[in-house]
Amino acid sequence: MGRQLKFKIFRFNPQNPESVPRMEVFSLDETDSMTLFIALNRIREEQDGSLQFEFCCRAGICGSCAMVINGRPGLACHTKTKDLPDEITLTPLPVFELVGDLSVDTGSWFREMYNKVESWVHTDKVFDPNAIEDPMDNAIAEEIYELDRCVECGSCVAACGTARLRDDFMGATALNRLGRFVIDPRDKRTDEQYFEVIGSDEGIFGCMGLLACEDVCPKNLPLMNQLSYLRRKMGVVALKQIFKK
Amino acid sequence: MQTIYKDVLIIGAGLAGERAAAEAAGAGLSAVCLSIVPARRSHSAAAMGGMQAALGNSVMGEGDSTDVHFADTVKGSDWGCDQEVARLFADTAPIEMRRLCDWGVPWNRVVPGKSKYFKGGKQFDKEEKEEKRGLITARNFGGTAKWRTCYVSDGTGHSVLYTMDNRCAQLGVEVHDKSEAIALIQDGKTCYGAIARSLRTGELIAYVAKATMVATGGFGKIYKASTNAVICDGGVHGAVLDTGVVPLGNMEAVQFHPTGIVPTDILVTEGCRGDGGTLLDVNEERFMHIYEPDKAELASRDVVARWMTHHMRLGKGVPSPYGEHLWLDIRHLGADHITGKLREVYEICTSFLGVDPIHQLIPVRPTQHYSMGGVRTNKDGAAYGLKGLFSAGEAACWDMHGFNRLGGNSLAETVVAGGIVGGKIVEFLKDYECEIPTAEITRTAAKQQQRIDDMISGKNGNENVYKVREAMQNALDKGAHVFRTEEGLTECVETLQAVLKRARSIGLQTDGYGASPELSAALKIEGQVKLALCVAYGALQRRESRGSHNREDYPARNDRDWLTRTLAYWKNPDDDLPTLEYEDATPSFEMPPGDRGYGKMQIITADSKEES
Repeated sequence: MGRQLKFKIFRFNPQNPESVPRMEVFSLDETDSMTLFIALNRIREEQDGSLQFEFCCRAGICGSCAMVINGRPGLACHTKTKDLPDEITLTPLPVFELVGDLSVDTGSWFREMYNKVESWVHTDKVFDPNAIEDPMDNAIAEEIYELDRCVECGSCVAACGTARLRDDFMGATALNRLGRFVIDPRDKRTDEQYFEVIGSDEGIFGCMGLLACEDVCPKNLPLMNQLSYLRRKMGVVALKQIFKK
Repeated sequence: MQTIYKDVLIIGAGLAGERAAAEAAGAGLSAVCLSIVPARRSHSAAAMGGMQAALGNSVMGEGDSTDVHFADTVKGSDWGCDQEVARLFADTAPIEMRRLCDWGVPWNRVVPGKSKYFKGGKQFDKEEKEEKRGLITARNFGGTAKWRTCYVSDGTGHSVLYTMDNRCAQLGVEVHDKSEAIALIQDGKTCYGAIARSLRTGELIAYVAKATMVATGGFGKIYKASTNAVICDGGVHGAVLDTGVVPLGNMEAVQFHPTGIVPTDILVTEGCRGDGGTLLDVNEERFMHIYEPDKAELASRDVVARWMTHHMRLGKGVPSPYGEHLWLDIRHLGADHITGKLREVYEICTSFLGVDPIHQLIPVRPTQHYSMGGVRTNKDGAAYGLKGLFSAGEAACWDMHGFNRLGGNSLAETVVAGGIVGGKIVEFLKDYECEIPTAEITRTAAKQQQRIDDMISGKNGNENVYKVREAMQNALDKGAHVFRTEEGLTECVETLQAVLKRARSIGLQTDGYGASPELSAALKIEGQVKLALCVAYGALQRRESRGSHNREDYPARNDRDWLTRTLAYWKNPDDDLPTLEYEDATPSFEMPPGDRGYGKMQIITADSKEES
């Protein structure tokens, strides 16, 4: 027989005037290959239909289901219960606004991020439907994709010491996003323009180097290298500006 | 009630929806996308493999052209598609890939020189040309004559969707996420927008627009075992059917992907077989070459899924606690390839199965994957029956896929159709003004509020929505799967009719406050069961086999009687069966019906006599 698992889950529905924040306990028999996706859906369907949580692709691709699992942010869909102790504590991601129970509003936060870092290719080129594409070195394309793999789950922000201290810190995900455009030859922004976006304590200089972001990233993005690369690059811009004065 | 006015309302913020929104916003129109999830979590992101477009840059794509792509698409559809639409698609796809390139997609590029590739488990050499250095390259996919599938490593959908959402942010397209459309505002002639429920607060919001587009993807979650995301539940298809005047096309045309993993039903990409992965049976022996000597594992999806099911029925399946399955073997591709080009596959196997595909076999079986059917539109993407309503992508039956779609054609369709239909919406709005019937808005919202109140109070009964949903899913998995019969489908329809009665008597078990997930499920269950009935009843009536629709009792493709598209209407909300009508599969033939060249089957030709 499998284990009896005890789930301690944060509950609060801000839309219900009688609801108060609390922890609730649910029990489940563990089954083969059980993931938190399977477990949470069973709890909702068999024990409490009002339990709120986020799943979408349930395959580790979309980034919807990040939550704090026994104290550590991560994707619930690819967390197997066999890797966890008998007692599993689930709470919503901090930093993001709570919708209810384990569900938070990541959409608004990331939308603001896109606008902050202007998360798009800046170019004057007008698309010509009759022309062939501009060639690109395949190695560069793969480097861009490497950084483009972020699924915006929010784990890195939730685990970030700076983000927990100050609301305006952009977080590793935003810096990584900008880094993706820095190496993209199609984006014509200069280092000085990138400096305008991230050359402050809200941006790259706010990072305290604790690097929990890389520890919790479910996509294993090279955030440590990325942050130090940007810090060096922006540091050079800052020095140049000092000497110009 | 909050009312929001826009030129264009797009329900869905995946690739088709956002591509259309970009077109509208680029033309200076105001556009808003409604989405259950943040745009980038849309299911487009999960399409790993790639997009088909006849660019012909790779040496393995030499001699490719939009004509060859068109022919592959028509053959793949088993001549069930609209050939004018397939032509439009094949001709536009290369331009769209280059546009995406300008917008920021990091397509993999041609690397000149010698490299190795696998086909059918054997290794071959190819040499890419210097003059094509750095142009968009392609990989091999099932059912195609040439290497034509443009890709971004193993995350094509993800990367293109991120680029598209970047583009939409740049153009100022609003995306209202955590909003779920639950009813269309319409008067039987014209569509004026939709009533949506906020998944933050639970409140109802009216979105009023001159043009409304349905781009909500497929409805796979009406099946129990589906590769689809949780949100691909057909909720908005139910709302479209509920108008009584807009038909859903070819709902019986459901694709089963050969390689859903067991037990979690997550898809591993066709790229595995395209790159040389093989299918093995219980004896760890290949078998596809017995049935398909030429294409083997690379025949089209419907053919591979059918032979896999057939082979398991011969007792060659691998028994497991989750039912029988077969094996996918990619071990010979090597660690570099598996952790590089097939990294997502590697991650899925290790994270969800605890299987290391470099050294171990992957358990797979045919799993519901794609809905060829959907909101029936003309080639401009305008829905039948309601002015001002459009649809594109998997949600629509445009219809370039007919009875089977090729791998790489659906992801390409999202951006190609999204661009074309978006452009047609811009044209449509050029001189279009309408009077907004405010009474219709109030009436529709009040009706939805009444439904919500009744479910909370339990006025219509106390059926548990999750149990009703499971009964519907089990009925489809049992009766309307890869192989279909008169007997099985009749039973399936009868079961679903009983389930429909229960779906009309849902009462919530919990309070329904705010973004109650139980209420979300309850609001769409009746529509879902109606969709399930459109699938099963359409399949029962179609007495032939075509593409993914396999009738064991009618194994021949019957071009004499069934070169048609099914149109399913739900004319009266209280009906317990759809009303089926039929139209010609295509208005003109550029390519007359013939042999596909794979998936051997009998054909009853159009000019054969009755009883022949």
